[in-house]
Amino acid sequence: MYFKRKIYLLTIILLFIGLSKHSYSIEPNIFVQSTVNRASTILSNDITKEEKIEKLKEVALETVDIKGIGFYTLGKHRKTLSDQQKKEYSQLFNKYFLKSFSSRLAEYSNPKIDVNSQEKISEKYTIVSSTLVGTDERPEVKIDWRIYTKNPEKPLIRDLIIEGLSLARTQKEEFNSIIQSNDGDINALFASLKEFINK
Amino acid sequence: MKKILIISLLALCMGFTANATNNDPSNVKDCSEGFNRASFKFNQGLDKAILRPIALGYRKLPNGLRTITSNFLNNLSNLVTIPNNALQGDFAKAGTNFARLGINSILGILGMFDVASSMGFEKYEKEDYGQTLGVMGAGPGCYLVLPVLGSTTARDTVGIIGGIVGGDPWYNVTVRNDTQYFKDSDYYISRGAGGVDFRAKNLEAIDNLEENSMDFYASVKSLYLQDRQKKILNSNQTTETQDDSDWDEVSSD
Repeated sequence: MYFKRKIYLLTIILLFIGLSKHSYSIEPNIFVQSTVNRASTILSNDITKEEKIEKLKEVALETVDIKGIGFYTLGKHRKTLSDQQKKEYSQLFNKYFLKSFSSRLAEYSNPKIDVNSQEKISEKYTIVSSTLVGTDERPEVKIDWRIYTKNPEKPLIRDLIIEGLSLARTQKEEFNSIIQSNDGDINALFASLKEFINK
Repeated sequence: MKKILIISLLALCMGFTANATNNDPSNVKDCSEGFNRASFKFNQGLDKAILRPIALGYRKLPNGLRTITSNFLNNLSNLVTIPNNALQGDFAKAGTNFARLGINSILGILGMFDVASSMGFEKYEKEDYGQTLGVMGAGPGCYLVLPVLGSTTARDTVGIIGGIVGGDPWYNVTVRNDTQYFKDSDYYISRGAGGVDFRAKNLEAIDNLEENSMDFYASVKSLYLQDRQKKILNSNQTTETQDDSDWDEVSSD
C-alpha cells in the first residue's frame, strides 16, 4: 500500500515536471508575433522619439541574442580575438546594436506585421516568415526571422532577412570590410564602433 | 575603339568565367575597390543632388498615379524578362509573362493597369541577361560600381551589354534602330523613371541604411550581391539562400 502510494506520488511529480516544462516552451511564431506587437504598441504610443527608443531597447535586450549576433558578424576574425578583446568587443557591439537598431525602428510609426508560417531548419534554428503590410508610401515587405531555439523556453532573434537579404550577413561583410581595409587590424573596427556610439 | 571594346569584353569574360562555380557574395572579389569607391561616391552625389529630391517629389503624387507608373514600367520590363525566361528553360513563366504583356498592353492601356493579375495570371520576378548567365553557370567575376548605373559585377555588365547589342527589344526600337514611332529619349526617360520609382519605394530604407552604416559602400555591396544570388537561384525560400555554416559555430552561452 505504502509502495503503491509512493509510485502514485512519483508519477504525479514526473507528470507535473513534464507539463511545466512543456508549458514554458514558446513556439517561435508566437514569440515573433508577441515581440512585434510589443514594438508596435511602443511605436504607436504618444510619447517622444527618445522615449520610444529607450522602450525599444528594453524589448531588444529581452528578445534579441545581441551577443550571438556580435560574434557572428565578426566572422573569421572572432577566432583571433583574445579573451580581453572578446569582452571589449561584446560591450561595444551591445551599445552599437542597441543604438543602430532602435533608431532604425523608431522611424516607423505603427508598422503592421503579419506572421504567416514557420519552418524548423535545425535543432537550434527556426525561420519564421512574416509580412510587413504595405502602405501608400511603401510596398509590402517580406520579413523572415531567424530564431535561435537552443533553449525552447527562451527563443531569441538572431537575424532579420528582408526580401531575402540578411541584415546580419550585411553587417558581417561591413565589419569585414573595415578590418580588411585596415590591414586586418581589429582595433580599427573597435574605433569605428566607438565613433558610431558617440556620434 | 571597336578593338578596345572587344578587349574590355574579353577581360570581363575572363573575369567571370574564372569564378564560374562561385556565387557566394562573401567570395566575390572587389578587384578595383579604389575605382569602385570613387564611383560610389560620385553616385551618392548624384543621388543627393538629383535622384532623392525627385523621389521625394514623386512620393507626393497621388498613390494611383504612382501605381500607374509602376505598372507601366513593370509591363515594359517583360520585354527583357520573357526572352530570359526562355533562355533559362522556364517556358511556363515565359508563356505567362507573354500573356501578361499582351493583356496589360491592350486591356490595361499600355500596361498602366495590371488587368492580368486580376484575371489570375501570376506576377513573377524580373529576369535579365546577367541572371541568365548566372543560371547557366557563369560566376559573378569582380564586383564593379559603374558611374550612374551603380552596383554590378563583371557577369552582370556583360548582361547589360547583351541588352544593348540587341537583347532588349525596348532599347532596339528606341535607341538602336531609327524607328519613326519612338525617340531615344523615350528609353532614357523610362530608365530614369524606373530609378525614381525604386528610390521612392525605398526612401526610408536607403536613408536609414546610410545613416546607420559605418561603411555604407560595403553594406550596399553586400546587399547587391545577396540580391543577385537570390535572383539567380530563383528562390523565395529563405532557407535555400542562407548559409548556415557560420551560424552553427556561434554560441552566446
